Amino acid sequence: MGAPKKSGGRVSEDPDELVRVPLQAILLADSFTTKFRPITLQRPKVLLPLVNVPMINYTLTWLESAGVEEVFVFCCSHSKQVRNYLEKSEWLSQPNFTVTTIESQNSVSAGDALRLIYERNVIHGDFVLISGDTVSNMSLTQALLEHKERKKKDNNAVMTMVIKWSKCNPAIHQSRLGTDELFMAIDPNTKQLLYYEDKVDHSKGTLHLDKSLLADNPSLALHHDKQDCYIDICSPEVLSLFTDNFDYQHLRRHFVKGLLVDDIMGYKIFVHEIHSDYAARIDNFRSYDTVSKDIIHRWTYPLVPDIMSFQNTATKLERQGIYRASEISQSQTAVVGPCTVIGCGTKIGNNTKISNSVIGEGCKIGSNVLIEGCYIWDNITVEDGCKLQHAIVCDGVTIKSRAVLQPGVILSFKVVVGQEFVVPQYSQVSLLQRPVEEDSDEELEYADSPSAITNKVEESDPEIVSQVSETHCSPDSELGTGGVGHIWSTYEGGHEEEWRHSVAPIPADKILEARKTLEDNLELTLDSILPPSGELKPNSIESDEDNEDSKDDSDYFEKEVEATFLRAVQENIQVDHLILEVNSLKLSYNKLTADCAGAVFYSMMKCALDTPHSSADSLMQNVKGVFTKWKKALTSYLHGDDEQIEVILKFEEMCLESTKEFAPLFTTILHHLYEEDVIGEDAIFSWEDEKKGADETDKVFVKHAQNFLTWLKEAPEEDEDD
Amino acid sequence: MHVTHLYAKTFQRNIFPKHPTRTNRHCTNSLGSIGEKTQTAENQIQWSFGSILKILSNLNISSLAKHSIETQTLKTIDVVILVLSLTKMPNVQILVNDFVNQLRKRKIEGSQATGQQTAELLRSVISQQRVPHTNQATTLINAVRAVGEQLISANPVELAVGNIVRRVLHIIREEDLSLATAAIAGLGLSAASDDEDDVERDDHHGLSAAAVAAAARSTLRLPSLQTLLEDTSDPAAIPHTSSSGGESEGKSRSVEKGSRGRKLKHDVIEAVNELIQDISTCYEQIAEQAVEHIHQNEVILTLGSSKTVLEFLYAAKEKKRSFKVFVAEGAPRYQGHLLAKELAARGSQTTLITDSAVFAMISRVNMVIVGAHAVMANGGVIAPIGLNMVALAAQRHAVPFVVLVGSHKLCPLYPHNPEVLLNELRSPSELLDFGEFSDCLDYASGAGSIHVVNPTFDYVPPKLVSLFITDTGGHNPSYMYRLIADYYSADDLVVKRRPITGS
Repeated sequence: MGAPKKSGGRVSEDPDELVRVPLQAILLADSFTTKFRPITLQRPKVLLPLVNVPMINYTLTWLESAGVEEVFVFCCSHSKQVRNYLEKSEWLSQPNFTVTTIESQNSVSAGDALRLIYERNVIHGDFVLISGDTVSNMSLTQALLEHKERKKKDNNAVMTMVIKWSKCNPAIHQSRLGTDELFMAIDPNTKQLLYYEDKVDHSKGTLHLDKSLLADNPSLALHHDKQDCYIDICSPEVLSLFTDNFDYQHLRRHFVKGLLVDDIMGYKIFVHEIHSDYAARIDNFRSYDTVSKDIIHRWTYPLVPDIMSFQNTATKLERQGIYRASEISQSQTAVVGPCTVIGCGTKIGNNTKISNSVIGEGCKIGSNVLIEGCYIWDNITVEDGCKLQHAIVCDGVTIKSRAVLQPGVILSFKVVVGQEFVVPQYSQVSLLQRPVEEDSDEELEYADSPSAITNKVEESDPEIVSQVSETHCSPDSELGTGGVGHIWSTYEGGHEEEWRHSVAPIPADKILEARKTLEDNLELTLDSILPPSGELKPNSIESDEDNEDSKDDSDYFEKEVEATFLRAVQENIQVDHLILEVNSLKLSYNKLTADCAGAVFYSMMKCALDTPHSSADSLMQNVKGVFTKWKKALTSYLHGDDEQIEVILKFEEMCLESTKEFAPLFTTILHHLYEEDVIGEDAIFSWEDEKKGADETDKVFVKHAQNFLTWLKEAPEEDEDD
Repeated sequence: MHVTHLYAKTFQRNIFPKHPTRTNRHCTNSLGSIGEKTQTAENQIQWSFGSILKILSNLNISSLAKHSIETQTLKTIDVVILVLSLTKMPNVQILVNDFVNQLRKRKIEGSQATGQQTAELLRSVISQQRVPHTNQATTLINAVRAVGEQLISANPVELAVGNIVRRVLHIIREEDLSLATAAIAGLGLSAASDDEDDVERDDHHGLSAAAVAAAARSTLRLPSLQTLLEDTSDPAAIPHTSSSGGESEGKSRSVEKGSRGRKLKHDVIEAVNELIQDISTCYEQIAEQAVEHIHQNEVILTLGSSKTVLEFLYAAKEKKRSFKVFVAEGAPRYQGHLLAKELAARGSQTTLITDSAVFAMISRVNMVIVGAHAVMANGGVIAPIGLNMVALAAQRHAVPFVVLVGSHKLCPLYPHNPEVLLNELRSPSELLDFGEFSDCLDYASGAGSIHVVNPTFDYVPPKLVSLFITDTGGHNPSYMYRLIADYYSADDLVVKRRPITGS
């Protein structure tokens, strides 16, 4: 406690120090992905309204209230729009909060952005790295203090990641934010991050951890229920690390994993877990939906609609979580259900039902309209009798009477849906055509992602397949009578994931199916694994495979030995050399001496058989010839009874299967082997013992050799007599 | 040294140096007028020179100004102060924005802190407002209203903001009227031209000057019992009305027309200072009454944590009263735990109970003493969540339900007014752990989502309240509207600017 005490004296100064060194932040106003297409073709993601307030406002508001004093907003795509927005907003004129934009046209990844910022040399101390689509109300002070304390003790602690406990849907391996299940190994004492994997192949149901992780760390907790908030507190070294490793592109996939794997530099990443605070990043349409609902349910307090919308129009919170801005004209017969936000100047017609939705400013909603779980932005006209479910409708869209939006539809800016037209589920509609050349740069984030993520469930799903064809069939440039816009045909691979990342709730059958396959998998894994630990499982599989392999192996081995022996015979190689060669084969195939003995014996017999012979006698002569010449090769492997028995068994097997010519000569050859001292009498007796319990068919040769055996048993007595 | 510190503080806030305590008022007066220097004032000024110099050197004020301070000529000090306030002039808007931001982000909590900071902000707004020769009061009122409107909409739930804004508006009107009456009394002719702008009060000025001078203050407000009593006994030395200081000064300097604007501002700032002082000392004044209410061996029940309640109980404890306290923990924020800890540390017999145990314990309780968030004009109380239940329990068992409120919590609005936002829903994370329940909040998989509601306040109707104890004494709920009429003028109930004033 000596050291902390010492710093305890300076505690009164420390907060002052924190204030004096202005806390900086880098806000990436570009996600470098294409997940929000087609909307992001026309407007950058950070300016998309989230519960009627542009996303970047949430991030900036949080940064300001968390005590950040200087923010560098890095804009890439649509940088002008971002800059214009910031100029119009009051963010550039805050007293203790400076916002500076950094523009770049050719950055294609977060890595590029950070390298550029490093070149600008504007970051002087610890900084917060955040993406412009993050909503949070956490207090940074604790995390910052922890980071600084660690940094003081260990210069290699370069980054603190913020994580939050959030359970994952076990059936579909997806968090509530629509991101993939994330596995993290954390040292429970030091909070050091040891392992990070967000692309796990669930089909195998296994996770591979480096053994050194377990060896090097006294304790380690593996989590799959933590959510990465994508809020990082970084030391300035992080920027230079990005510059040094110019191939780092993605913050997590390259940078974090890179640092974790690389043990040369010894850089460490730590985590800070938040409990009562909220933090989440909007990564896809699913998280857009989830975070919107969290905001409406006030988890993000004080970043909630009635407080956030302060500048423009006062929004009031009514019962059941209904937020109403001013100047709304609503028909007496219209029903606004719970958890709904209605922007100012919106008109709602007779008998219209709205629930669980967000409706922007200046919308005109006709009569008998049903709106459920939708995100309707500004200045949208919905004519009478429409039915909208779980859709995102961007600015300026017109939906003509009695049109239907099925769950998961995205209507980009100014699209017009024709009368009575049914927009099929998960379709994306835009005035623009899908860019033909898939910009490989923008795809970068997912270009290297393993395709293994595709779930086997949907591949075999005929419904989905039919849907694909349906989407293809619908007229690409037509949205019913009077419609304007193109339905983007969904490209292969993307489609089956559509329900995962869409705003619509996951269809119940999908979850059921996923659960079923999960159960099946579980049974499978339970069958195959004896030890409960997941780590041992692959080993057990391997050993199974070993058994199968070993059969092939021994065949190969025998053939190799045979070939070697034949070559030795033909080229007249010395016996010692032959032994050497067989030994090397033995090592490379990882065989026992007994196997060698068997193989060599087999080769010798085969050689004898192959030498031309007229009768059994001449064959016997051949055998004797071979043995006299190559006996040494065989005997060098016959160290004990086991090897000798192996030879007899081999011989027996040969007589039964491959080389039946030897069958009548079995006893003769056995006798010869005995006389040549290749096989001792103990081996022969134990062979006989072994065969006693066997089937009658197996005893054929024992009977065959009965005479020899009895003679053998009598022989020692004779010796004694002598 | 206390005075020095105050000097430094007020300097930093870029306003004319004012002493919040009444004893120091003489000192400030003499700063304003060269003629009247009292011995004490000189001492205090000399005392605080060191700190003024420090501030000046921080601000890089020219050495000339420093020199003039060293020579201790009061006139130059006045000039320096003026210079200081001028150099920092544009800061008001920044201060306002800053405060609005803090209110919006709910960074300031508690009506006491909010009230005090609002008053301090309005003080700087007034001090930096340039006043024309005519219409001074209207100018000031408009300036305060403009700021007040922003502040109120920044956090409509924090009623103390609106209360203080209205109090300050009321102060301006009162000071203006008292100046006017003084002027009429002294110099009957000039008054009429000065006060043309104050349309509301034109009818008063139609009366004879002498009559106005006598009746002005009492006609301004409803004739409450208190003012009637005070007026008859000793009109010059009313201890807690804000205009008492202004009158004496008014006599000395009512002649000069140009100085009247500054005079008004000056007096208003005086009064606002007093208001700030009142807010910061309201505990003490409430706590002074503790012994009258808490008797030996009584059992007191309270819920949550309130500084006023703590001080109140502590004051009784100090006077050697022995009593027991039951503290209900006040879920979901559990501030009752803190209160219990604090009370135990100060040696009270403290028992902590859950909120749900209140009904079980109430039969043993002699009195319920709680704090409040605000008191509405009808005597209804807006109080931390759970208090309505306690009040009902108290009523059921005929236990007196006593509410301690500082006067800054008195709100002139009625709770049925749609303009009044009575409640605020806070984050559900105070109730349950997000991680634990995150699977129930997975809206996508339709696993039945929980909607968690976490309201901050309860409304306790006036019929459940037995007694209010304010810094001016104990009052019945039905008396609250009279008390409120003393503090606010009816014109200010709606702070929102009328569209005409903008042009």
